[in-house]
Amino acid sequence: MDQSRAEAIFDKVKKYASAAEVEVIFSSTNFSLTRFANNTIHQNVSEVNEVASIRAAFDGKTARATTNRFDDDSLKRAVQSAEQMAKAQETDPDRLPMASAAEGKAAEPPSRWFDQTAALTPADRADGVAKIVDAAKKNKLVTAGIFSSSQSAEAIVNANGLSAYHRQTSAEVSITMLADSSSGWQKANSPDVKNVDPVRLAEIAAQKARDSRAPQELPPGKYTVILEPAAVLDLIGFMFWDFGGMAILDQRSFLNNRIGTKLFGENISIVDDVFHPLQSNTPFDGEGVRRSRVNLVEKGVVRNVVYARGTAAKMRQSEFKDKAGEIRVTGHGFPLPNEMGEAPTNIVFLTPGNEQTVEQMIAGTERGILITRLWYIREVDLYEKILTGMTRDGTFLVEGGKVKHGLRNFRFNQSLIEMLNNVEAMSHAVRASGEEAFDMVVPAMKIGGFNFTEVTRF
Amino acid sequence: MSMKQIADWALNAATGRGAAYADLRIVDHRQRTLATKNGKVGHAGSAESLGVGIRVLVDNAWGFASTDDLSREAVEKCAAQALEIARASAGVQEQPVRLAPEPAVKIEWATPCKIDPFSTSIDQNLDLLTRIDAELLSVKGVTLAESSMQLGRYEQWFYNSDGSDIHQTRVTTGAGFSALAFAGTEIMKRSYPNSFGGQHQNKGYELIDELELLQNARRIGEEAVALHKADRCPEGKMDLILDSSQLGLQIHESIGHPIELDRVLGYEANFAGTSFLTLEKLRTLRYGSDIVNVVADATEQHGPGLGTFAYDDEGVQAQCTPIITHGLFTGYISSRETAHAIGENRSNGTMRAEGWNRIPLVRMTNISILPGEKPLTFEQLIAGTDDGIYMQTNRSWSIDDKRYNFQFGCEIGWEIKGGKLGRMLKNPSYSGITTEFWNSMDAICSRDQWTLWGTPNCGKGQPMQTMGTGHGASPARFHGVKIGTAYKGN
Repeated sequence: MDQSRAEAIFDKVKKYASAAEVEVIFSSTNFSLTRFANNTIHQNVSEVNEVASIRAAFDGKTARATTNRFDDDSLKRAVQSAEQMAKAQETDPDRLPMASAAEGKAAEPPSRWFDQTAALTPADRADGVAKIVDAAKKNKLVTAGIFSSSQSAEAIVNANGLSAYHRQTSAEVSITMLADSSSGWQKANSPDVKNVDPVRLAEIAAQKARDSRAPQELPPGKYTVILEPAAVLDLIGFMFWDFGGMAILDQRSFLNNRIGTKLFGENISIVDDVFHPLQSNTPFDGEGVRRSRVNLVEKGVVRNVVYARGTAAKMRQSEFKDKAGEIRVTGHGFPLPNEMGEAPTNIVFLTPGNEQTVEQMIAGTERGILITRLWYIREVDLYEKILTGMTRDGTFLVEGGKVKHGLRNFRFNQSLIEMLNNVEAMSHAVRASGEEAFDMVVPAMKIGGFNFTEVTRF
Repeated sequence: MSMKQIADWALNAATGRGAAYADLRIVDHRQRTLATKNGKVGHAGSAESLGVGIRVLVDNAWGFASTDDLSREAVEKCAAQALEIARASAGVQEQPVRLAPEPAVKIEWATPCKIDPFSTSIDQNLDLLTRIDAELLSVKGVTLAESSMQLGRYEQWFYNSDGSDIHQTRVTTGAGFSALAFAGTEIMKRSYPNSFGGQHQNKGYELIDELELLQNARRIGEEAVALHKADRCPEGKMDLILDSSQLGLQIHESIGHPIELDRVLGYEANFAGTSFLTLEKLRTLRYGSDIVNVVADATEQHGPGLGTFAYDDEGVQAQCTPIITHGLFTGYISSRETAHAIGENRSNGTMRAEGWNRIPLVRMTNISILPGEKPLTFEQLIAGTDDGIYMQTNRSWSIDDKRYNFQFGCEIGWEIKGGKLGRMLKNPSYSGITTEFWNSMDAICSRDQWTLWGTPNCGKGQPMQTMGTGHGASPARFHGVKIGTAYKGN
């Protein structure tokens, strides 16, 4: 899908529509994933799909119909469906007209399309997996994981002349190494496959599996922890759904009555920045509005949340407007209509200087726990942001500045607010990828008083 | 063109190029999703997706390719790509694929459905949701009211190179609502009839009336507000009674996932994890107490669960498999590829795919605990409990990657003293080790208290697939459970 094809299909849709306003979001995917377990490729898949999501709007009423059929009948049917669903609604005076062409004009982020990633074949991915399996065998381990590659494009065109387009590639490797009583894990992704090194990841995962063999049990309690970047990401990812104006208006955010206050430690500063070289996202939002950099947290003070167009307009009229940060359209809205509003999904941690490597953090820790990865994290308390979850695939006791041995996995129940007040050291921020949250640019962190409540059997 | 013709193009292209086995699924999936917030439309959308996924076995290795283009050229290209992928798979292989035999069948099947949900008007759907919101907001202190409805029609044509031709249509309906109350430093939430979107079944629109949504809205709003004044759930070891929806999720996490044979064999080790139910535990492990009887039942006789179908996505007939029999672990859920690992010569029919663009995986069907054989109402269960906590409706759920240690939080609880429900409790939670927990079950209500719940959002696989599963349960009691850990230290 390129921009001219998107615009040509949009012209057809517009002809079929009776709605005052029409918008089409196109997404195009060519995705392949090679999956391995027990040192064998056991699943190996590919998908080609193009989707048009058509929004019709009549004066304060709007609805969306999505189809992956672009023939005339299917497009007409989708237009009719969107219009029918819109007409059935009561007029909502808060609904805005669609975005203008000027609102959509975005600066180009660094190129996120790499021909070498787009050119990856099943044989190339199998070759990468073969190297991972070799590393497993060399270490007398069994491995499981994935090697995926994709090309994707997204376009949004509306009747007000807005037309935005973005394409990118992605390559991802995730590896688990399994020993009899332990495991190790690593994961990385990038638009450029050259930045993803399966052999290096395999060797680190293998070392973690080896070093955590015969894990010992430590009683639950409060410990100093060193969280590797993927563990940091999976935890803090839970708070960013609350960093939107709609969450404040709905009073479902832990930032209700807390914007402008010092909620976290002095060393915590976070921005949303789609243009950061390690980020990977479209430079426009679900209405086609250009994204802008937003200062979310500065030296522990929550400064701002992000705003879609409609939310910003509503917030300016609301009783919460003085406790909502700078109210401006930031380009973080989800496709309309939606209940969620918006969220920052291009998170970059700004580290305050004096960064330490994970090795330096270990060397400076008298007694603590090194954590590779977290798992099955869920929210226990909505306002205090208490999260529960488990450690997984490489949990170690650190004593006297050294990694001593593997530990049985812990369950934690930890407030994010408290955690971000107890950060004792950070590494340089890196692009990290986990399983519970979207990818971010985050550091490893050394944190005091992390609350473990139970230990499992392995 | 007909679906059979598309299938012929794919199967001929696959077998002609050397596939020892091939199957394909053409899927036409339609959905309507509506949501309201504080009486206004939050989401209104419809979606349709049509495509074909082709799975081939070449040199004892799998390849799968899928496309949204059903032209002959595209389908044949897709089949060729599946072969190319399979040949790449064959280069990294220590365990060649062995498929359990399965006879070819020709069959048509559809969800029994009294009211086609797509025959209902959007006005009718939205009218109900906005009236629920209004009822919730009529309670002083409710700060956010949300209601939603999801209607689906999933039509699939399955063909394989052995001659199977299976046409199935599943209709699903789901709805629910929630009330949030923010005050001071707490956000309290109540949901009905279950959290995370309510109740979902393979049923027509008749489900909506059965759920009595509007009739329960005011009570739920009042409970959300009342929780602010409730005491916090105490910590300690106590008797615990779970409502059937929470017990359904407990089954899902601590029985449903660990019995997936692919997981046991390590296929999911990188993402969803493995399982404590290693193969030697089959027919030897005391999973639960004598009154714990659990089945994996995909047949229509079990009820309109999200795991009900006639044939799975490998063309294997729906079955009922005993999973736990009077406390003894007696069965896994399997596929044609994994059945041999437990000495079976046939899959028990649990392979399911999210759509045309995903491969089938071993998935929960309806994993249900059977009701107690002796009559026992909920009121009698409470009356027979001297000291304990009753918890209702899930709020948080977490379990380790081998499915041993779990922790669940619920939206609301009540103290039980001397056989009576007492004060309301906020932030209730409980935790434990799977087998210890199921062995502590000492009472379960009878059939009249049994509900077949739908979990519409079970995630598994890479790329991630979301699947609907069913879980039948009656309220049950567990002795000496660890209560209140979630807030320990906070």
